[in-house]
Amino acid sequence: MSGPGVGWYLIVAAILFGTGALGVMLRRSPLIVLLSLELMLNAANLTLVAFARQTGSLDGQVFALAVMAVAAAEVAIGLGLIVAMARRGVALDVDRARALRG
Amino acid sequence: MGNFLVWLVWFLAAGGCLATGVAVVSVTNPFYSALALIGNLASLAVFYLLLSAEFLAAAQVLVYAGSVMVMFLFVVAYLGGRADAPWAGGPPLVRTAAVVAAAALLVEVVVVLGLAWGDNLNDAAEISDAFGSPGSIGELFLTDQLLAFEITSIVLLVAAVGGVILGTTPEKREIE
Repeated sequence: MSGPGVGWYLIVAAILFGTGALGVMLRRSPLIVLLSLELMLNAANLTLVAFARQTGSLDGQVFALAVMAVAAAEVAIGLGLIVAMARRGVALDVDRARALRG
Repeated sequence: MGNFLVWLVWFLAAGGCLATGVAVVSVTNPFYSALALIGNLASLAVFYLLLSAEFLAAAQVLVYAGSVMVMFLFVVAYLGGRADAPWAGGPPLVRTAAVVAAAALLVEVVVVLGLAWGDNLNDAAEISDAFGSPGSIGELFLTDQLLAFEITSIVLLVAAVGGVILGTTPEKREIE
């Protein structure tokens, strides 16, 4: 492969994953927590695609597509939850949303 | 010369990817955070092109940066000012613990990478021109990965139904 080898992609993916994990643990807005979660999923996707290229097998790319579908489902449900929280007057703050009852 | 161009594009994409990633986490306004994530997804699509995953790059831009992020931006616009939560919460101890945990995660991944770096990561496999094309991925989806394909469709259906149910709550009660 001309250009950077798979290890370079893995380093970028690792840093991206760490950034996303930091956002999930640190931020309080549920919207930004969801966005940081997307960062983590995309970092995992990047490793999958990099290893698919490395091993010459397309299974990693298929898995990455499945991850994208799951991420879309997760965003739909997460945004639905956030809108439901906002409608019921619950504060949009993951540290203050404690009650699980509807 | 071609090699140099590949490296140049790679470094541009990596810089954009990491910068927008940090922006997603650090910006206060969720709207700008979502916009930064769109930039992040675009630079990841460049990576996918460099890794000869053409179909995945197209799907990333269309599905992710297109529809999913539009949904996100709609919700941010719908919530308006209510979406602004404080930047970070809890006592300083909790915040420090979060930073330490994220750093530990990163160090862990980097150490594992360093241990595996040896010979395995250097030479990539030889691939044909069809690698990553829609045709070859579609063929895989309809033969070897048929079960994953069908289960993905069920997951999406369940998510759509769940989204509708969450969106139509008839009674209004105040919790806090």
